[in-house]
Amino acid sequence: MKLVVQRIALGLLLLLAVSVLIFAGTIILPGDVAQSILGQSATPEALANLREELGLNEPAITRYFDWLFAALQGDLGVALTNGRDIAESIGQRMSNTLFLAFWAALISVPLAILLGLIAVRYKDRWPDKAISAITLASISIPEFLIGYLLMYFIAVKLGWFPSVAMIGDHMNLLQKLQAIALPVMVLTLVVLAHMMRMTRAAILNVMQSAYIETAELKGLTGFQVIARHAFPNAIAPIVNVVMLNLAYLVVGVVVIEVVFVYPGMGQYLVDHVSKRDVPVVQACGLIFAAVYIGLNMIADIVSILANPRLRHPK
Amino acid sequence: MKNIPISAMIGLFFTALYFLMAIFAPLLAPYGMAEVVGGVWEPSSSKHLLGTDNIGRDLLSRMIYGGRTTIFIATAATILSFVTGSVLGFFAAVMGGWVDQVLSRFVDLIMSIPTLIFALVVLSVMPVTLPVLILVMGLLDSTRVYRLARAVAVDITVMDYVEAARLRGEKIAWIIFREILPNALSPLVAEMGLRFIFAVLFVSTLSFLGLGVQPPEADWGGIVKENKEGIVYGISAALLPAVAIATLAISVNLVADWVLNRTTSLKGGRG
Repeated sequence: MKLVVQRIALGLLLLLAVSVLIFAGTIILPGDVAQSILGQSATPEALANLREELGLNEPAITRYFDWLFAALQGDLGVALTNGRDIAESIGQRMSNTLFLAFWAALISVPLAILLGLIAVRYKDRWPDKAISAITLASISIPEFLIGYLLMYFIAVKLGWFPSVAMIGDHMNLLQKLQAIALPVMVLTLVVLAHMMRMTRAAILNVMQSAYIETAELKGLTGFQVIARHAFPNAIAPIVNVVMLNLAYLVVGVVVIEVVFVYPGMGQYLVDHVSKRDVPVVQACGLIFAAVYIGLNMIADIVSILANPRLRHPK
Repeated sequence: MKNIPISAMIGLFFTALYFLMAIFAPLLAPYGMAEVVGGVWEPSSSKHLLGTDNIGRDLLSRMIYGGRTTIFIATAATILSFVTGSVLGFFAAVMGGWVDQVLSRFVDLIMSIPTLIFALVVLSVMPVTLPVLILVMGLLDSTRVYRLARAVAVDITVMDYVEAARLRGEKIAWIIFREILPNALSPLVAEMGLRFIFAVLFVSTLSFLGLGVQPPEADWGGIVKENKEGIVYGISAALLPAVAIATLAISVNLVADWVLNRTTSLKGGRG
C-alpha cells in the first residue's frame, strides 16, 4: 500500500510541476501576449490597456497562483478571442472527446491483445510477419494521413460512412456511432500497431521462462500454453502497454478531431493555438497533461498491484 | 560492404534518393514552387505528371520542394536533439550525483507532457518561423535522446579505461568526447534513424494543423492541408504526401534496423 500511496503522491507532484511548466512556457518565453492579440500595428495605448486588462503587469508568480487556484476551483477563465467562459466551452467538448476515445479503446484493446497472442502463437510464420508488416506501415504514416486515406477510400469512394464526424444532442446513439465510425477506425489503427507489438514482446518475454517449457513438455497445445500459462504472467506488462496507448490515444485525438471536424477538445485546442488565445491553450494543455499523467500513474499502480513481490515488499 | 542485406540496400537506395531530391530540388522540379501554371486540380497529364493543386500549382514541383523543406527541418531538428541530448546525457552519467538527479528529473518532467501538446502550448506564444520550429522540435526530442545516451554512458563510465582516464587527470570534456562518445556511437546512430522519422512525422503534423511551415512555402504536411477539401470530391492530391512520407519512413527504418542488428551482433561476440 505504501508504494501505491507514494506513486499517487508522485503523480500529484508531477502534475503541479507540469502546471508550472505550462504556465512558464506561455509567460517567460519571448513574445508578448498583448502584442500577438492586437498585431503589429497596435498603438502603445491599446497595448497598455490590454496588458492592464489581462493583468499582465502583475508579477508572474502572483499570476501563476491566481491561475492555479482558480483552475482548482473549476474556473478556467475566459477566452481572449470571444470572451466566453472556458470551463463551459470545454465541458461539452470534453464529453465528445471522451466518447470518441472510449469507443476507440473499446475496439482496439481486445483486438490488439488477440492479434498479439496470434502473432506469438505463429511466431516467425506468415501471420506474425503479416502483422509485423502492417504495423510497420501504420507507424510510418502520420495519423492525419491515415485519416484522409480512410476518408478517401471508405467515405468518398465506397460511401459507407460520412466523411465528417459532426455529432449533436439531437442524435441517438446509433446515429452518433455511425458518425464517428471513421475517426474510431483511424484511432484504432494508430494505437493497434503499438499495442500489438508491445503485447507480442511482453508475452514472448514470458515465453522464455522454464515453466512454459514444462507446460509444452506436458503436451499442452500452443494456444493453451499461451492463454493459461503465459498470459496471466504477462498481465502487468500488458496493462502497462494498454495504459500507455490510451495515453497516446489522448494525443492522437487532437489531430484526428481536426481531420474529421469533430467538435472535441483537440479541435478547440488547435483552433485557439492559431488564434494565440493563451488562457484556452493553458487550460487545454493542463487537462491533456493531467489525463496523460493520470493514465501513466494508473499503469504503474496496476503493475504494483499485479506483482505480489511489489504488493508485499520485504 | 558486400554483406549488406537486401532490405537494407533498398532502404539505403530510397533514403539516398530522397536526400538527393531534397538537395537538387531546384534542378529537378519542372516548375517553380509557388508558380501558378494551370487550372485548379487538373488531373495528371504529360505537362503535369501529378496534376495541379488547389490553386493550380504543379503538384510534382511542390512535392519536390516540400520534401526539401520537410527533410531539412527534420534533419536540423534531429541534429540539434542529438547534440544537446547526448552531450547532456553523457555529462549527467559522468558527473553522477546531484547533477544527474537534477537533469534526469527535469527530463522526466518534460516527458510527462505529451510532445504534441507541449509544442502546441509553446507555439501559441512564439512566432512560427523555421528556426523556432527546429528549436522546439529539437529540444523536445532531445529528452528522448538524453534518456538513451545516459543509459548507455552509465554502463561505459564504470569501465576501467574511463577510470584510467580519470586517474590520468583528464578533464570532463576529454572523458565525454574521447572515451565515452566513440563507444556509445553505434546505438545512438541506430536511434538517430528513428528520431529522424519521428521528426518528419511531427513536422508534417504541425504543418497540417497550420502551426508548422507557413504558406506559400511548401512542405508535405502543408500540401495535405491545402488539398484536403479535394478529398470529398474524390481528388486524391492530398494523399500524395502519404506515399512520400511512408516510403521515406520505411526506408530509414530498414537502414536503422540493419545498423542496430549489426551493432548488437558485434557486441554479442563473434557469433
